[in-house]
Amino acid sequence: MLELNKDNFEAEVLQTEGTVLVDFWGSKCEPCKALMPDVERLAEQYGDKIKICKLNTTDNRRLAISQKVLGLPTFIIYKNGERIKEISGAENCTPDAIEALIKENI
Amino acid sequence: MSKIYDVAIVGGGPAGLSAGLYASRSKLSSIIIEKGKWGGQAATTEELENYPGSIEHPTGPKLMDRMKAQAEAFGTEFVKDEVTGFELSEDIKRIRLSNGEIQARTIIIATGAQPMLLGAPGEMELRGKGVSYCATCDADFFTELEVVVVGGGDAAVEEAIYLTRFAEKVTIVHRRDEFRAAKSIVAKAMENEKIDIIWNTVVEEIYGDGIVEGVKLKNAQTGEVTDFRTDGVFVFVGTKPIAEFAKGVVDMNEKGYILGDEEMRTSAEGVYVAGDVRVKSLRQVITAAADGAIAATTAERYIEEKFHKLKR
Repeated sequence: MLELNKDNFEAEVLQTEGTVLVDFWGSKCEPCKALMPDVERLAEQYGDKIKICKLNTTDNRRLAISQKVLGLPTFIIYKNGERIKEISGAENCTPDAIEALIKENI
Repeated sequence: MSKIYDVAIVGGGPAGLSAGLYASRSKLSSIIIEKGKWGGQAATTEELENYPGSIEHPTGPKLMDRMKAQAEAFGTEFVKDEVTGFELSEDIKRIRLSNGEIQARTIIIATGAQPMLLGAPGEMELRGKGVSYCATCDADFFTELEVVVVGGGDAAVEEAIYLTRFAEKVTIVHRRDEFRAAKSIVAKAMENEKIDIIWNTVVEEIYGDGIVEGVKLKNAQTGEVTDFRTDGVFVFVGTKPIAEFAKGVVDMNEKGYILGDEEMRTSAEGVYVAGDVRVKSLRQVITAAADGAIAATTAERYIEEKFHKLKR
């Protein structure tokens, strides 16, 4: 799964044709870390239809805030660089909800 | 035919992990079903100074990792899935999952509780944009910024102290004129120069254009409404039980907590309850762990009495 940072976010997400899902997570966010194996699995399963990437907000705080992300976990769908839909919070970001988010946007 | 477990434990927090440990040490086959993160609410609590023996490694996530590893070492199995319902009609109980089914002789419900919402306008819209229920998850974002903490219990005051490591200023807004939190925690907060407290006040609204910009505060005595600029709102106004899936199966109180006796028995035979989801007065890691141990021991006794003639 592609790891995003402030150097590649613009090119890989905002300037990208097609659909991108970004997993905003953090080094101290336990729910985020618990979700990661599921996100990895989904990235493999749907990898040919959607680009799934992750962004460590602990190392990229300003970038996250620029995307108006101030809470974890958050998952955002971008289509042709434009943000389409998002889910946030541990209760909302279940593996099933993330898969549903992917399915309705591919 | 699929495996029949002696004990199926729903929930992987301290109650469930302790139940798993005690069950597996009693040579019962056990499995813990968890839909979210292992360790439950304790896994997102940085300060856990009130759990005996955890003074050197006081963080919740580390303690929960060790609890899980310990249960695993004695043979407890783990599965990530969500329980959708039970079938208790026979000796062998069926636990329906989103992705399958588990069969077991006994069930321990240890699903815990989750943070309650504030119920103020703007809260849902600004969730993840400055409104948070998890300090360890989101504190980073508020480095050198100002935040409001809503609540007056242990969680609110403890997390306010934790947030001072990041935020420039932390203002606790509490609807009463004193905290319910433990005195030692309150004293720590009072001494902290970064913490301000606004008493007798409720948050009436959270506002901001795509990101939290402030809150409207209402004085509970005078009714006066004031504007308070802030970058973040952390909500710790109590918890609610996670027991929807068990409605109609076991008896609950009016708030939806499951009723259990001293031995953790519920109203359903062979079904036990442990931890925060149980009707009780003190919801802490230590009482959850104790419940788990008792529930597993009661389950063991039940299995001995009921199934000892059956070939296991």
